[in-house]
Amino acid sequence: MSDPGGIAVARARDAGQPQPGGQRASTLTLTFRDVVKRFGPVEVLHGVSFELPPGRIIGLLGENGAGKSTLMKIAAGYEAPTEGGVELNGQPVRLAGPRAAEAEGIVLIHQEFNLAEDLTVAQNIFLGHERRRGWLLDDAAMRVGATDVLRQVGLVVDPDTPVRRLIVAEKQLVEIAKALARKARLLIMDEPTATLTPSETERLFALMRQLQADGVTMVYISHKLDEVERITDEVIVMRDGGVVARDATANLTRHQMANLMVGREIEDLFPPRRELPDAGGPPLLAVRGLSVPGWAEDVSFEVRPGEILGFAGLVGAGRTELFEGLLGLRPHRAGRIELAGQAVRIRNPREAADLGITYLSEDRKGKGLHVSLGLAENLTLMDLARYSRPLLQRGAEREALKQAVADYGIRTGSLSLRASSLSGGNQQKLALAKVLQPRPRVVVLDEPTRGVDVGAKRDIYFLIERLAASGAAVVVISSELMELIGLCHRVAVMRAGRLQAVLPAGQLTEEALIAHATGTH
Amino acid sequence: MPPARTDTQAPSRAAWAGQWDRLHGYGPVVGLVLLCIAGALLNSDFATVDNAMNVLTRTAFIGIIAVGMCFVIISGGIDLSVGSMAALIAGCMILLMNALLPRGWAPLAVVAAGMAFALLLGASFGLAHGLLITRGRIEPFIVTLGTLGIFRAYLTYFAGGGAITLDNQLSDAYSPVYYGSLLAIPVPVWVFALVALAGGIILNRTAYGRYVQAIGSNEQVARYAAVSVDAVKVRTYVLLGVCVGIATLLYVPRLGSASPTTGLLWELEAIAAVIVGGTALRGGAGSIAGTVVGAVLLSVISNILNLTNIISVYLNAAVQGFVIIVVAFMQRRRP
Repeated sequence: MSDPGGIAVARARDAGQPQPGGQRASTLTLTFRDVVKRFGPVEVLHGVSFELPPGRIIGLLGENGAGKSTLMKIAAGYEAPTEGGVELNGQPVRLAGPRAAEAEGIVLIHQEFNLAEDLTVAQNIFLGHERRRGWLLDDAAMRVGATDVLRQVGLVVDPDTPVRRLIVAEKQLVEIAKALARKARLLIMDEPTATLTPSETERLFALMRQLQADGVTMVYISHKLDEVERITDEVIVMRDGGVVARDATANLTRHQMANLMVGREIEDLFPPRRELPDAGGPPLLAVRGLSVPGWAEDVSFEVRPGEILGFAGLVGAGRTELFEGLLGLRPHRAGRIELAGQAVRIRNPREAADLGITYLSEDRKGKGLHVSLGLAENLTLMDLARYSRPLLQRGAEREALKQAVADYGIRTGSLSLRASSLSGGNQQKLALAKVLQPRPRVVVLDEPTRGVDVGAKRDIYFLIERLAASGAAVVVISSELMELIGLCHRVAVMRAGRLQAVLPAGQLTEEALIAHATGTH
Repeated sequence: MPPARTDTQAPSRAAWAGQWDRLHGYGPVVGLVLLCIAGALLNSDFATVDNAMNVLTRTAFIGIIAVGMCFVIISGGIDLSVGSMAALIAGCMILLMNALLPRGWAPLAVVAAGMAFALLLGASFGLAHGLLITRGRIEPFIVTLGTLGIFRAYLTYFAGGGAITLDNQLSDAYSPVYYGSLLAIPVPVWVFALVALAGGIILNRTAYGRYVQAIGSNEQVARYAAVSVDAVKVRTYVLLGVCVGIATLLYVPRLGSASPTTGLLWELEAIAAVIVGGTALRGGAGSIAGTVVGAVLLSVISNILNLTNIISVYLNAAVQGFVIIVVAFMQRRRP
């Protein structure tokens, strides 16, 4: 860099916090050299090499499962590369953990928040970097420091507020403030605007420009291509564990970006849209005035047999919680739920399953699959009554597994493995097979392709379409707008717990969905 | 060349780890066999049918409770109260039987009523635990720590600090339940075998057993998979309560009395048997066969210490403690 060393030292001193080593350069060039990462037998990064030059805002694009997050976790010290490595300003380094990375000025803002809920905003901002006076913590200095960074991100909140009391968007801003307090030289942001309102997003962009002027490098991961187009200088596209394109943002259209991410013309990814027969008879599922306290208020919608109804919205809009409420997984107040014209009451998932309604959770490892149990045990768990007379028929379970492996294209070496040994995409197919095993009439699929590579994604879309074509009513909750646009007959958009609009297939565009989801319509 | 060698070592180490994993399940069996060989070498009385029956009879109480405990632990719970519960059930059934006898009941009928009462009481205590844990949303550790104190205190209170003793006439009618045998095998051993067999079938071959494992493996996943988590959990505690009832009704004719020291530390022995048998304390996976082996293994240790004088009998609990720690060490998960 052309920056003379003297200025860099002066800047570090201005920052008020003596840096380890005392004289690190104010800017940072990070280079990935042939980075390979394997989780067990599954290789998720196949030799990635590129450089992040200082003072640039770089958009990192790719579908879920493309390897962006893993690569960024390697940069920030959360994961170690299996092969290859990271260079900082041309020097190979081994980042032993996030603390080591932060000492180098590399800060990753997680998509899932990394905040200690019971600590205050100020305590979180300085977590692991507490200011001290002798043996004791210097709370006053930390409160002042916190107020300062909070002002920069435009969050008006008392630094002594416990993080638990903040709403999701405020937590996101606290995460960004935390990164500022770390004096980041390389700031990696994973979907930072997913929960922000347009005005908060504007403020974040202004802050990013200001940081850029200070020489901070930023990696901006987002699925909102319009934002990528606006804020980034350069775009790097990853697909299936490798970099497929790198170009100045100005040279790419949004459509080109999307095609690069997916790796083919998007239309190919989805099954041809099937016309719904004209409405005759009652909808299969009709929900009137469903409320889930704290999450969703007075939501009404209906799904017809054979229909795929999408649910769009920002993180925290209450989509998952709405359906968890419907299934009896959360307390809910419903005006009326009708199944094929009959009023029903659903108090728990068992009653829902008995009525023919099942739910695929967005959280595969936490709520979807027993990763430490076998494949057959997972597959038949929701439908065990069919296999017990009264002793379990193991042979029948195994037959069902064979059938599911064939039907759902689950790639597995053996039928007697544990679910944990399947790759993410195949785990997702197994989770899907599991909720479809009881042959539900209504099925709610929450982020059905999360963490799944493109090939598996396409398989899942065709499975969903086949399911709907057979007469089931399908609800798809997704944060991937392209998925909703390509797959659904209608898309309902939620914002802050309320249903904003239900758009028919003809009106489905990314712009329209984002506008309704953010309330800027 | 060390770097070159690491490459060739990696697969063989993986293969070795696979072997180790397979051997893992047989660890307790191997340990038991080794112990029995050692016992036979150390004392000629060890490898006799009489001694074997003696050991198995003594194992029966803890073993039966351990079978129930296995379900609770696999589902992710724990019950610390079983020793106190056994004492209180013993006291209550003796009081009931003593009270029924003067009313002109036949001794056999009185004993049958007492036994039914023991089962009923065990089931009720288990139900109370289960409801407090699921509906009351209190940690199982806390609930059963509380009842551990409550049960034993009530027994001490009913016994006035001393012992509650069974009427002699009833003792005679009741004693075959402990002292009798069928086909040369003592009754408690038969009951132990039946309970273990039933436990194994329920755990491995019924939907309920599958649900128990699913809940212990990941309760949220089970809940999302439409498993009635609370009902399944309550039933594990009821099952354990019934097992405690069975163990107690076998135990009462042995001494014919219940005192504040009845069933002391049984909870630890039962939990130890389950853990030594290869069931993880965090739940999810475990086996009844392993639990049975674990229970037998623990009582073989104390039997050998009784028969030989290499290690003082006073150190019995210490040896058992070492065994538990060594087993846990061998079974710890590779990171």
